[in-house]
Parts: sequence; C-alpha cells; structure tokens
Amino acid sequence: MCLAVPGLIRAIQGTLAEVEIGGVRWKISLRLTPEARVGDYVQVHTGYAIAVVDQAEAEETLRLLTERALA
Amino acid sequence: MRYLEEYQDVRLAERLVKWIHRRSTRTVRLMEFCGGHTAAILRYGIRGLMPPTVELVSGPGCPVCVTHAAELDRAMALAEQPGLTIATFGDMFKVPTDRGSLQEARARGGDVRMVYSPLDALEMARRHPRRSVVFLGVGFETTAPGVAASILQAEAEGLKNYFVLSMHKLTPPATRAILDSGEVELHGILGPGHVTTVIGSRAWEFLPLEYHLPCVIAGFQALDILQGIGMLVVQLEEGAVEVGVAYRRSVRPGGNREAQALMAQVFEVHDAPWRGLGTLPRSGLKLRDRYSRFDAGLVFPVKIGPIREMPGCRCGEVLRAVASPRDCALFGARCTPQHPVGPCMVSSEGACGAWYHYGDGGV
Amino acid sequence: MGMAVSETIQLAHGSGGKLSHELVEELFLRHFHNPVLACLEDAAVLPLPGDGHPPGAPANAPVRWAFTTDSYVVKPLFFPGGDIGRLAVSGTVNDLAMMGATPLWLTAGFIIEEGFRLDTLKQVVASMGAAAGEAGIQIVAGDTKVVERAGADALFINTSGVGWIPAGVEISAANARAGDQVILSGPIGDHGIAVLSRREGLQFEAPVESDVAPLNHLVAAMLGASRRIHVLRDPTRGGLATTLNEIAHQSAVGIRIEEAKIPVRDAVRAACEMLGFDPLHVANEGKLVACVPRSEAVAVVQAMQRSLYGEGATIIGEVAEGPSGKVLLKTGIGGTRIVSMPTGELLPRIC
Repeated sequence: MCLAVPGLIRAIQGTLAEVEIGGVRWKISLRLTPEARVGDYVQVHTGYAIAVVDQAEAEETLRLLTERALA
Repeated sequence: MRYLEEYQDVRLAERLVKWIHRRSTRTVRLMEFCGGHTAAILRYGIRGLMPPTVELVSGPGCPVCVTHAAELDRAMALAEQPGLTIATFGDMFKVPTDRGSLQEARARGGDVRMVYSPLDALEMARRHPRRSVVFLGVGFETTAPGVAASILQAEAEGLKNYFVLSMHKLTPPATRAILDSGEVELHGILGPGHVTTVIGSRAWEFLPLEYHLPCVIAGFQALDILQGIGMLVVQLEEGAVEVGVAYRRSVRPGGNREAQALMAQVFEVHDAPWRGLGTLPRSGLKLRDRYSRFDAGLVFPVKIGPIREMPGCRCGEVLRAVASPRDCALFGARCTPQHPVGPCMVSSEGACGAWYHYGDGGV
Repeated sequence: MGMAVSETIQLAHGSGGKLSHELVEELFLRHFHNPVLACLEDAAVLPLPGDGHPPGAPANAPVRWAFTTDSYVVKPLFFPGGDIGRLAVSGTVNDLAMMGATPLWLTAGFIIEEGFRLDTLKQVVASMGAAAGEAGIQIVAGDTKVVERAGADALFINTSGVGWIPAGVEISAANARAGDQVILSGPIGDHGIAVLSRREGLQFEAPVESDVAPLNHLVAAMLGASRRIHVLRDPTRGGLATTLNEIAHQSAVGIRIEEAKIPVRDAVRAACEMLGFDPLHVANEGKLVACVPRSEAVAVVQAMQRSLYGEGATIIGEVAEGPSGKVLLKTGIGGTRIVSMPTGELLPRIC
C-alpha cells in the first residue's frame, strides 16, 4: 500500500542510513531491515526502509517483459 | 531513478497492453484493493487502455478513507486539548469530521503539525520535553511496523512525552468482508504491493483457497500494474486460481519478518470499526498493555460525541465497490476536494478524489 | 536576547521619526538608488515627458498602461536560489511582463515585526536592489511599518508595479485559440521543492534551487520574434496545472499536453516521488507558459532558447477546440487523463 520509493544507501550510522534518490538525500531508519548494507537499494516508506530491493528479480522482471513473446 | 523509471517504459507498456487485449476474452471485474493503485491507474490513464472485457473497481484500501468517524472525532478532541501537539501525516489534515478538520483545528489555535515519518514526531518530542506529542497512527501494515519501531525507540530513550493514537488497520480482513458481503461480483484481486512487502504474498493464499479467487500482487509503476492485470487476465482465461506476484523485486512469500515481529511485539489485534464496513473482527491494531503508557487513547481520555453521518454521502458504498464515485449525487457538486463531504474525496488516493483529479479515463 | 537595540528593528523605525529616516537613507536609498526615490517626497513624481509617453516607448504610437500589486509572505525568508526580496521584485515584474508590458517602476511596502534583525533586513533589501537592477526597473516609492512583537519573526513585503504595453500586443488568458502551440520556458517544480527542502519538519537535502527570476527580458525577446503571442502566464502557486486550467477556462478551449514533453529535473521528480506530489502542482517563480499561433511557435521557442531563463524552452502541447475548459494529458505510457488544479496547499502524503 501507499508510497514507498526505492533509494540507494550511501552511508549507514547505527540504525540510520543516508539514502539517495535522483540526487535527493534523506536520512531514514533501517530498524525494519537490519540486513541492509551500503550499496543496497531499499524501499522507503514514512522514513523507514521496509525491504531491500531484490536487484536480480528486478532485472528478471524487465527481461520477461522485454521478451519477444508474452504468452 | 533506478527501480522506478524503468517500469514506466512506454514501449514495454504498449506490449503489455497489447498482451492484455490479445488474451482477454471473458468479461471480468477486478478489484484493486489499494488506494495507491486506484490513483496510479487513473494517473497513468490505464483504464482507457483496457479492453472492454476488463473492468476495474476500487476497493477500501485507503487508510484515511476507512478511518471511522469515531476515531477521527477522538483525534479532533485531542487536537483541541491545550498542551498537546498533534503530529499527523499530511493525508489526514483535511479530512472532514463533525468538528471540522485538523487543518481547521490548527486555524483555531490547535498545535497540529504535519510529519512525513513517526521519526519526525519522536524528534518533536525530544525537542519539546514539556509538550505531549501525540502521533496519529493511520495506515495499514506498511506503516504500522515503523510506528511500532518508534514506540520501541521512545521506550529505549526513556521519552516521557511521546504517544501514539493507533488507528492502524489490517488489509486481509477488509478483503474478506467485501467478499463475504456478496454485494459485488469480483473475479480477481489486484493486491497491494507495499502492504504485501511487509506481510508476504503467502498472506493472500486465503483468496484462492477460501474464495476461489485469483490474486496478483502488483507494484505501483505503470509496468507493474499492467503486468499485474495481465497476469490476472491470464489466470482467468486458463482457469488458474493462485496468488501471483508481479512485484518480485519487493515482495517475498514470507514478507519482512523483522517488521512483522516489531508489529506483533508492540500491537495486538482487536476488532476495529471501519467506515463503510462496520466493525470487522480482528482487523485493527491497538497497543499492548505493556506499552499502554504510550497509548494516547488511554493517557488522554476525551469525550467523543454522537457521530452524525453526512446525508447523501456514499463513501461507505464506494469503499465496498457497490457504487462508483460518479454514482454519488454529491460527487463534483456539493462534494469536491475543496469542500469534501466524505473522506473519499479528500486525497487523490481516495476513489472519489482520484476520479475527480484525474478524470475517469473515459475522456 | 543580548543584542544591541540598534541591531534589531524597533517600533520607532516605522513611526516616521529619526530612526525611520535612518532606515530609509542608510538602507533603502543605498540599495534602491535612483533619482526619483532620492527626492524623498510623499509621492514619486514619475519622469514622463510632456506627452505622457513612457520613456523608451516609440513616439506617436498609442500605449496602454499595466498596473499590478502583490504581497509576499514566503517562509522561510531565505531558500536555495533566492529570498523574499528577490521574489518580491521578480513576482511583480513578471505580472507586468505576462501582459507584454515593459516594467518601469515598483513601490515597496514593508511590514516588519519588532525585533527583526537589521542585518537580515539588509540582506533582503540588497537582494531587492540587485533584482531591480537585473530587471532594469526602479523602486521609486516605499513605506515601512513595524508591528508589535508576536514571536513570528515576520517580514511581509508588498510591491506594486507599473509598465507600458506597446500597440499591437494583445496578450490575455482569454486569447488562446485552437491550433496554438503551448510553450513552457523550462523545467517545472524547482521553486516549490527548494522552499520545501528548507521547511522545518521535512528535512531532506535536494540539490534544487528556486528558479525565482525576473522574466521581462525573456518576454521582450519573445515579442521581438513575434508580436502575435496570444497568452503569457507564469505558473506560480498551484503550478503548471493551475495555469493551464485558467487559460483553458478563460479562453473556453481545451488544452492537450504530453507528459513526456514536460521537463522536470531529476531531483525535483525524486522529491515529488518521496512526498507524493505531482510536479504539475508545484510552484515556480521563474517560468512562463505561452500560447502562440502554430506559424510563430518555432521562432518564439528559438528566441527563448537564446535568452537567459529560456534555455529549456520547449513545446509541450497545443490548444484544441475542446473539451472546453479542460486540460488533457497524454501520459508517459500513452494513456489519457485530465489535469486538474491542486486543492490548496500541497501536503506530503504517505499513501
């Protein structure tokens, strides 16, 4: 539900992270995604990361959509 | 912007639209549960791109819209208390109640401030130790874990002036209620991508198992939504009935365990009142006894008045997909975003607000 | 507190006595220096030659006068790319320029809260002087009032402005005609996001600066390329969406634009995604929209692209017979939706 925006983690300090989206920087909490690391993309909702973006799945989805025949 | 813009590619969108047209033969009615999907579908003009065999209806997934009038009245009563600072998401600011809106409460001298995150409310509490900061906890399972985390943070810091008024609600019970009522015939559900990021796609298995309905969880970019609709259409054409995921970069079968754990630690499930749906069993979150000192409803008891429903307002029916915004006589006439009668018109995520702002796609 | 009395604005600064005079001479005259203001009379005596024609206007051609006023209450007073002073001059200059008028003279009225820091006021006034110089206008009359302390640290500025419109220039929001091309001077949303990034409670860092700027030279370049410009409007509060709706309504036409053609900076787009805003609803203070007959459009766009503040000029759509009063957008994925005006203040959403 609702707005969650993918941001790139640039730095982590404790449970806080600095994420960047399109050049804009925000400080958010990683309390809900303790496994997140610098270089990960996370889904940000109300100042919290609610998931780490699965980059392999992201690429797979685009690949499927680009394939010649969509069944 | 990565993981956003790629999913707006116009050529891939065209391919998906053609795919849907090619595969769709049966007339089907699909419900997008989530207000975010309603708004995105209208914002991208997806309705107008669908074949006549695919009908999309909006569900109750707008947390502001389903916040019960009694809950809103309590929030307003708190806003009128001197010494309290109300911290709220912007979505709630203009919702009309018997006592006016939070925006009007601020104009009358109430200390009502908008925040983007419960973290902002925590910071307010730290900076103003002599004021009691009450955070209005609105939102579904996407939002509740962050609020839970903020309460644990307040506890860890020994903050004495941070409180939460929990009006959080759970999405599967609302979906059940709509299906159980039998008021509208649905063939498939487009599921909420960010709620499901938290609760996991397995949480929707009850739809195929108990209701024999296919469900596809979708994200909010154009390609995500088109893919989701396409996957539902294909299931229906082939007679498959399962939970599909068109948002694999964010949604896992088990969801976010840590978020679920924090939610369960701080909140317990109770029967909650929903606008338009009545009281649904085990559908809302309240603070556990252990955290009762953070519970604004307990710490600041207020008298709430008898609730009057606005005559002519059909928000309840719109939320249950029994009526579309255009069916309401007040839509666009007495009820506009400038002068909303019901909450469905307040934001562009409520079905009425979305239809008003973006047109009905049939332009 | 602990600040010397002379470092802050006092009630006496507004009451016409010695402190008022000091303020006028040491601050306002210094930054708004021009012979008219320097007379320090009760009213500005405007240097019009005997026939009443404005300086610079061609002789023997009829002119019309344009006159406007606006008040500026922006918070915070200073934001990336500008401040309330630059805004107060540019906003009024632009209101005149949007009529095709050459702006000449502005007035500046200040309402200041007691206790306001003098050095802050100096910064604002210096910025107004600079903006006036850039626009080539003079601030010829002014007023200062000081109100009792209320804890708001407030500064409000009103500017009125006058300019002249040459013969043959008929610019009005009611003049759009089917077939006109809709031109936008550059990327939208910069001002609103820049101001928001400085507001308390929404702490994010965006490399976005306000676009606040006087656009009269840009408009002069456009009129140099074509006298047949039908509409000029600057999309300030309420954003591009509001302006296009106003034009569609006043001209009783339909406007069709394409999302893919509307320039938005990455950082503005990102901030809008985070906060749940539509860039079409976000304020601008240095952009304009023009409706220009098809035959003139390319020449006008090229003239804009060669001018300061018009480098990003581009055609974003066109005017149609109908649906009357409505603005239609072809979305990035080829769908269609309407563009409506935002309702009041933009509020950050979570949903």
